[in-house]
Amino acid sequence: MSVTQASKKQTPLLQVKNLQTGFKIDGDYYNAVEGVSFDVDRKQIVGVVGESGCGKSVMSLSIMQLLPQGIGKIRGGEIAFEGADIAGLSDKKMNQIRGKDISMIFQEPMTSLNPVFTIGYQIEEVILNHEKLSKKEARKRSVSLLESVGIPRAKQIADEYPHQLSGGMRQRVMIAMAIACQPKLLIADEPTTALDVTVQAQILDLLKGVQEANDMAIIMITHDLGVVAEICDEVIVMYAGKIVERSTVDELFNHPKHPYTKLLMKAIPKMDEDVEKLATIEGLVPSIINMPEIGCRFANRCPKAMPECLSVTPQLGETAPGHEAACLLYDESWPENEKHHKEGVGLA
Amino acid sequence: MLKYSIRRLLGMIPMLILVSIVVFSLAKMMPGDSLSGEIDPLNTNPEYIAEMREKLGYNDPIHIQYFDWITGFAQGDFGKSTRFKIPVKDVILEKLPNTLFLGLTALFITYVLAFMMGMYSGRKPYTIGDNAIAGINYIMLAIPSFVAAVFAIYLFSFKLDWFPFGGSVDILVEKGTMEYWFSRLHHVLLPALVLGAMSTASYTQFLRNDIIENSRKDFVRTARAKGTPMKKIYNVHILRNSIIPLVTFLGFDFAALIGGAIITESIFTYPGIGQLFLESILSRDYPTLMALTMLLSVLTLVGNLIADILYGVVDPRIRLD
Repeated sequence: MSVTQASKKQTPLLQVKNLQTGFKIDGDYYNAVEGVSFDVDRKQIVGVVGESGCGKSVMSLSIMQLLPQGIGKIRGGEIAFEGADIAGLSDKKMNQIRGKDISMIFQEPMTSLNPVFTIGYQIEEVILNHEKLSKKEARKRSVSLLESVGIPRAKQIADEYPHQLSGGMRQRVMIAMAIACQPKLLIADEPTTALDVTVQAQILDLLKGVQEANDMAIIMITHDLGVVAEICDEVIVMYAGKIVERSTVDELFNHPKHPYTKLLMKAIPKMDEDVEKLATIEGLVPSIINMPEIGCRFANRCPKAMPECLSVTPQLGETAPGHEAACLLYDESWPENEKHHKEGVGLA
Repeated sequence: MLKYSIRRLLGMIPMLILVSIVVFSLAKMMPGDSLSGEIDPLNTNPEYIAEMREKLGYNDPIHIQYFDWITGFAQGDFGKSTRFKIPVKDVILEKLPNTLFLGLTALFITYVLAFMMGMYSGRKPYTIGDNAIAGINYIMLAIPSFVAAVFAIYLFSFKLDWFPFGGSVDILVEKGTMEYWFSRLHHVLLPALVLGAMSTASYTQFLRNDIIENSRKDFVRTARAKGTPMKKIYNVHILRNSIIPLVTFLGFDFAALIGGAIITESIFTYPGIGQLFLESILSRDYPTLMALTMLLSVLTLVGNLIADILYGVVDPRIRLD
């Protein structure tokens, strides 16, 4: 008994292994997420960063199985939550997990709430979906949840409709909804992108607060490295459906390895430097239909690209303790069977 | 809401005055008058005609005539039907229950069918079932009601003998008995079905498209993320949004309900307002015609008001004040 408990403690809360998620375009599936693997430990905040179209949202929707029905599909890999694979579960089984063990908040607080139901009703719904409570008790709980996310006049707000609230308030409501059943994992898909800068900071503080209060883990999807620096423990950098770099926050900001990560860092405006123009990364993420089969997917935009980048697919390798990157500039990223090539080329 | 309604009702008055002027002018412009409809102008003493014309006020200036008519009208005196020789009010009140019964039955059929088919199609779009429903609906929309009515009578009354082909009730049954009401229902079903077919078709497709559109909204994804079953998402979250445009149709249906269906009632020889309207035109029963036209105008305006009020009731984002 104690052995199993001990081993359970060691298994990460969420283990994603070689996840492949595809979208159907003209009858064929194209992968928007290609072989993504990562772990999330209990109470850990993991940031996932990348440009628009890099697959970070699709990855998070895959975990929840909320991909658009009939169009998006998990085509391979494993998603283990507390050790059990949930990737192949039926909708009915997933409904017992969604909102209870794993919950999610979205980018657009303006449209994510149903306009014709009261705030109270929408919070009660998640509670009543998972717990046997009377409506009255659920209402009581939803009011206290609203108070806990910093909404004034919670009792009245519960009877109001979403359009009567501001964007920041609505995002607070979404958070209240997400933490209603004390989930173990919260997936936040760009929760601050649609908000004012001042409100962004409040929402991040709030997320950090509820994370500590509820012992939750958070997957924070964002394209804003500032958000990552502020609240994350670990960071995953994604590009074109693949993980290109992973490390702790401090390590990543101090020693970025992948050229893509370095360029992302350069694009952050700095107050102490007088620059006319912000740095940009030339070009766009390749569309999933024209994704190169072999080679590095960033090669066509990479300032440090070498001829091998087009023929050898880099693998995620540990370049420093606890720091992984997938770039041929590092020995660790060369696949085993290609190593001799490298020696032939004579790069060091 | 009350304040809004009163303001809207007051706003109707100038509109109604304009309508009444149009109705009155049209009636005056038509050849002949009520008197010539009532007597045989060629076989009557011209002196009597002249005397009657003077007595009826036909020689007064036109604005005086209008004023006489509209003051009577406003007080509920719609004049005397030249065809039935009884007050217009009594003629209309006699036909109104039939029309209401037909209209309500048609409305009931329309909404029940439209909701069932629309919800099915919206939930399972582009399937065989959806395409079959769409096919039936477009046929119903494409066939004019007079063709549908004649065909329905031929098939269901003459060939299959399921329904009577005309009238509103069997003459032999005693009024007020159970049998009487069954007979009425039996008579009303076929015309109601024909009457409701067209709006059933458009409401079904409307609801279907609205459900499909709403099912792609972000709030559906939120509901799924909460662990809400798909069935509840469709029946509660999406439907509650999709009934908003449909409910407002109810206001317009209200006007059609009392106005009757001229074509359907005539083909089924169903004694309602629609048939009365047509017959009044044919027999130059101007007082009845003017009263009916005014009635329809008022109903249309009231229907619009009802639609707007219902909008405020079902959509919390709309405040009426």
